Amino acid sequence: MNVIDVLNKEQLKESIPEFRPGDTVKVYSKVVEGGKERTQMFEGVVIVRKGGGAHESITVRRVAHGVGVEKSFLVHSPRVEKIEVSKRGIVRRSRLYYLSEKIGKAARIKEKKAVKQ
Amino acid sequence: MKNILGRKVGMTSVFTEDGRYVPVTVIEAGPCTVVERRTKESHGYESVALGFGAVKKARVSRALAGHFKKQGVEPTRFVREFRNDIDGVEVGQTVTVAGFEPGDRVDVVGISKGHGFSGGIKRHNFSGGGASHGSMIHRQPASNGDTNAGRTVKGSRRPGHYGVDRTTHQNLEVVKADTERNLLLVRGPIPGPKNALVVVRKSVKTKAGA
Repeated sequence: MNVIDVLNKEQLKESIPEFRPGDTVKVYSKVVEGGKERTQMFEGVVIVRKGGGAHESITVRRVAHGVGVEKSFLVHSPRVEKIEVSKRGIVRRSRLYYLSEKIGKAARIKEKKAVKQ
Repeated sequence: MKNILGRKVGMTSVFTEDGRYVPVTVIEAGPCTVVERRTKESHGYESVALGFGAVKKARVSRALAGHFKKQGVEPTRFVREFRNDIDGVEVGQTVTVAGFEPGDRVDVVGISKGHGFSGGIKRHNFSGGGASHGSMIHRQPASNGDTNAGRTVKGSRRPGHYGVDRTTHQNLEVVKADTERNLLLVRGPIPGPKNALVVVRKSVKTKAGA
């Protein structure tokens, strides 16, 4: 394996939960405010997951106080502490950009019911 | 000493400790040996010559072989001189990336990639003409300048051979120095193709303490 591949591999986090676009996730990220560092949680629907390796990023969308907010995170960034999956959604495409044009009930995503093991 | 010779490996991106995701060029640097120490008394100026890369003894020219023998060091493939940041460096000493720290500023010298015979657009960033509407001037250099001069002014930018020039990128940030694998990660691009020799030296423009 060449040096660049080794370096890229070292950047990856060991475990990231399995999730897809349409799922609702909680992203815990570190933010620096006024010289202090704290963890901020952002919960919303994953509308796109793109890039590979250490460059992989997700865009999470939520409606806060009637305003749509989309935030992008680098999945393997040390600033992203943890990602939790809270809901699985049923969607038929990999990029849910159509959600930003829909409001209210139309912007809902059907939830996948847990399969009994 | 923040001077070293290396081989350009390629580019990637890495996370820094403060959480930034930065584009870096990976340089396989050193270990180098100090093959000569020039002093004011012997040569009229102060410098240190570093050697880098293994070489078969039979491939070393006689002139260079004699040079190495005189200094009592093993022959190396490349030899380059450095004139800054050389205090207390002795012949035979080994130079590694251990001398570098994240945040250091360095200049990287290399031979730029060859582009062959190139037009003005690629070589000098000319704008080019219109693509359609009967323009007929597409990628041509167009005007040659003042007609009152009655001649072409010297140094005017023309199509011609582009690349394979000694090029320096100044004031680049060292992102990481990996002593185990002899790697130096420098922010941003550096001149030259992969596997080419690059010279990393202490930045000449960064002031002390900056």
